[in-house]
Amino acid sequence: MSASSTPGNPSLTGGAGATFAGSIHEWVTTVDHKRLGLLYIGSGLLFFLIGGVEAALMRAQLAMPGNELLEPQEFNRLFTMHGTTMVFLVGMPIITGFGNYLIPLMIGARDMAFPRLNAWGFWMFLFGGLVLYMSYFASMGLYGAGTAPDVGWFAYAPLSGRAFSRGNATDYWVLGIMISGFGSISGAVNMIATTITMRCRGMTMGRLPLFVWMMLVVSFLILLALPVLTAAQVMLLFDRFLGAHFFDTQAGGDAVLWQHFFWFFGHPEVYILMIPGFAYASEIIPVFSRKVIFGYSFMVAATIAIGLVAVGVWAHHMFTVGMGRGLNIWFAVITMVVGIPTGIKLFNWIATMYGGKIQMKTPMLFCIGFLGQFLVAGLSGILLSGAPLNWQLSDSYFVVAHFHFVLIGGLLFTIFAALYYWFPKVTGLMLSEKLGRWHFWLFFVGFHVTFTTMHVQGILGMPRRIYTYPGDRGWAIWNFISSAGVVFQMAGVLCFLAAVVLAFKRPRRAGPDPWNAWTLEWSTSSPPPAYNFLTLPEVRSRRPLWDLKHPHDPDWEHE
Amino acid sequence: MTAAQALPMEGSSWNRGRVGMACLIFGESTFFSIFVVAYLFYLGKSLSGPQPQDVLEFPLVATVCLLSSSLTVVWGVRALAAGRRWQAGLGLALTVGLGASFIGATALEWSRLIFQQGLAIDTNLFGTTFYSLVGFHAAHVILGLMMLSGIGVGVAAGKVTAQHAERVEIVSWYWHFVDAVWLVVLTTVYVVGV
Amino acid sequence: MLGAAGLAAAETAVRTPAFFEPVAEPAGMILDYGSLLVATCLGIFIVVMGLLIFTIIRFRASSADDGLEPPQVYGSDQLELAWTIVPVLLVVVLGLVTAGRIVAIQRDTAPEGSLSVRVVGHQWWWELEYPGYGFTTANELHLPVDRTAFLELESQDVIHSFWLPQLSGKTDLIPNRRNVLWIEPKETGMVVGQCAEYCGTQHAHMLLRVFVHEPDEFERWAQEQQRQARTAPGVEEGRALFARTACVNCHTVRGVSEIGRFGPDLTHLMSRTTLAAGAATNDRANLVDWITDPNHIKPGARMPAMKLSEREIGLVAGYLASLD
Repeated sequence: MSASSTPGNPSLTGGAGATFAGSIHEWVTTVDHKRLGLLYIGSGLLFFLIGGVEAALMRAQLAMPGNELLEPQEFNRLFTMHGTTMVFLVGMPIITGFGNYLIPLMIGARDMAFPRLNAWGFWMFLFGGLVLYMSYFASMGLYGAGTAPDVGWFAYAPLSGRAFSRGNATDYWVLGIMISGFGSISGAVNMIATTITMRCRGMTMGRLPLFVWMMLVVSFLILLALPVLTAAQVMLLFDRFLGAHFFDTQAGGDAVLWQHFFWFFGHPEVYILMIPGFAYASEIIPVFSRKVIFGYSFMVAATIAIGLVAVGVWAHHMFTVGMGRGLNIWFAVITMVVGIPTGIKLFNWIATMYGGKIQMKTPMLFCIGFLGQFLVAGLSGILLSGAPLNWQLSDSYFVVAHFHFVLIGGLLFTIFAALYYWFPKVTGLMLSEKLGRWHFWLFFVGFHVTFTTMHVQGILGMPRRIYTYPGDRGWAIWNFISSAGVVFQMAGVLCFLAAVVLAFKRPRRAGPDPWNAWTLEWSTSSPPPAYNFLTLPEVRSRRPLWDLKHPHDPDWEHE
Repeated sequence: MTAAQALPMEGSSWNRGRVGMACLIFGESTFFSIFVVAYLFYLGKSLSGPQPQDVLEFPLVATVCLLSSSLTVVWGVRALAAGRRWQAGLGLALTVGLGASFIGATALEWSRLIFQQGLAIDTNLFGTTFYSLVGFHAAHVILGLMMLSGIGVGVAAGKVTAQHAERVEIVSWYWHFVDAVWLVVLTTVYVVGV
Repeated sequence: MLGAAGLAAAETAVRTPAFFEPVAEPAGMILDYGSLLVATCLGIFIVVMGLLIFTIIRFRASSADDGLEPPQVYGSDQLELAWTIVPVLLVVVLGLVTAGRIVAIQRDTAPEGSLSVRVVGHQWWWELEYPGYGFTTANELHLPVDRTAFLELESQDVIHSFWLPQLSGKTDLIPNRRNVLWIEPKETGMVVGQCAEYCGTQHAHMLLRVFVHEPDEFERWAQEQQRQARTAPGVEEGRALFARTACVNCHTVRGVSEIGRFGPDLTHLMSRTTLAAGAATNDRANLVDWITDPNHIKPGARMPAMKLSEREIGLVAGYLASLD
């Protein structure tokens, strides 16, 4: 987003921002939560484009059997970088970015609790991402023939050990993710401290917008999960550089221990990425249904329940490693239990829409797409949780379909919804509804052409992470269809980029509250001033702006 | 509920510094837990010697030093809050001295293990897990020492005074945490592990 | 002689390895269980999706909207209770069924009279040892029908995963560990599968074929495999060259050299239908191509190009082609 081209935009341009260099200097040295939020989201979107190109290259390779577009190692690097990028450099910064931008505005605060720590966290994240991508140029040393890591985004031992992963490619993976992880941890500390100590008058925990509640749970999960990954990565580094034996099977080390550590991080990570999606939907669906969220306290309780259960399910990623019956049964059943609080949420969202007046604006379209797709993702998750069926489906394209339904059908759709919903607040400008619709429908169609079909490849026995496959397996036509869907998805993303450019080229003013919404961020100007609120607000209910707009029937009489 | 309410955290001792430090300690605890789990998981699985029971000696002096430093830091912080500058300085100096003794004892233990017993990080699974766990703890002690020394110098120079007592107390939480981790490490490595 | 030549063409035609067409247990048991799970999830899908679509259509704001806000409903404890309890009951039932299936399928010890096979994963091929018969082969598993085969799964290097969708679910081969898997084939014929855990550069070309035979046919195949390597007339020069060069450092040919352990056992190479773990069909032309430069067929393969002259390659290939 070009900041200096926005006229009359107090938070995006300052005095020194009049010149280009001055503007750069301001953005680099900023400690303002809104700017840092935008930096997070902006760099997340840039990495999203890179990760998308990586995905498109892989789909091109797989469109036909025996294709020779990519060398095997090139393909293996692509899926490693694609997965790592999308999880750590797209999902994490975008959710942190929205949290950063919105939490202080929603709780009536002037900034985050630790503004400088906030800036440090962002730059650590960005630096970590750049370290990861440096591997493409530098990991072989000074000869210029670099390679990226090719061990997969979960870097299973002993493939990631010194014996099977020579050179420094894997070290770039470890260090890049570890450094960006420090950023995520500091962001989580900041969000917790902000939510607990910076709320405005009257903003009790029971009146927090659901967005804030959910980000609070996410932050705790980050504190619980990210250090586990960091610890495991430190062990891997010790193995690789100091000759330690944590995951060295030649010296009695256990390859499965890495899997336990990784997934003890990795499964909470799924919820760290997914709960923010719930958070956006929980703000957007009520506004475009014109109804208060149904069952607020049950939504909060369900979120906490998901967070608690999330730490006990990790080994459902490991049903094939030969665990005993007892462990297999535990992890199968406890995984099914996750479906209960998740189902509660889904029902509450539908109940919120039920009896409302649903306005099919772009953010709502993406949220409805999310609801349907997340239902499918949840149900295919139940199928995968049944350990015996998992023995067939795990590590196949069915799993690939499942987690893309979660992360694209669930998370990315809500991220797009959030981008359309809060863009007017951030810039003071409306995004084109027409392009938004094109974006939605193209992306929706492309998504289903690509990923609904992938269930079929998995059921037909196609394992994931293969760079090619024989033509006689019966997979070719399905792979071709999957690849074709990419074109639609790319066209959809182009519509989004066009809508952003158009918003600045032909500005349409949004005003402080274009959606007639109810939470505090809509009570201040768009974009909000650097200090957020002229006077700190005071609230009496969960929907302070509803109270203002309906003085005869305020919310606090019903809560 | 009544409309006129105080700021939610007004009058509560949970300000942002305390919450932030509590979060940091929570995250650090999960980090250490993984190393403890790895240590216990690999206990007795080394393919070659030396084994823990052959070479480890109970670190009594180091333990006494580190645990008592938790008391001296409390003493110093209280003195600072009460404006007793010299007592505060003495408390911090004692704490730093005791912490440094702990590090010294660890250094002696390591040099004995490395040069006399031939146990290095790449010797076997015991060496791998031992040096990682104990080493990360020692690194945290050193970090705490650096923070406390800085504050101690500030107190001596009169730059850190009673009005900073609360922030110093938050730093002292970190020191208590490092102590608590030592109790876990001690139990894991020198009690359960031998 | 069995294997490639011994099987009718129809039996070597590759079928899609779909797990919904099982030809063995436990794949059949898994399919039954899976169908139950799918049916349940499909039911949930229809109900919830129906509710969602109905809500969207029914409560879409009309163009002639009065601009008033709809009635605000803050929640309902009864409804919340209902959509908590029903899923809880479902989870209890599914959990019990799942536990029962896990106990029924997972076995730790070999049943009486089962065929024992040791499977060792390598980057990127399968070592298959029949301890009861005292021979080792590679990449093509032969099993008798209606008799339980009990597989021990190990790995020489990184983690691999053994997956033949029509026979059973997958189980990983993990270095320093020993996993087990049982298969009881119910039909004769060939099924295909491949490594299902990413194991490095050529993970895609770690293919596996299984031939299920009538019992007597299987015994004949096993007897053939137990023989020492054949010494066919006319390939003596190639045989000598093979024994003299680095080939034998990695490959065993029983009767010639038995020190090689890193590469597949070649004693009865021509009884197999494919080369390089399924990367190419096993014929003379591909053999020559493979020996000339393995990277041409399977980029990244562990076998080096031996830098032999064209004549030498022809001789070695001629010898290998005689090993049936």
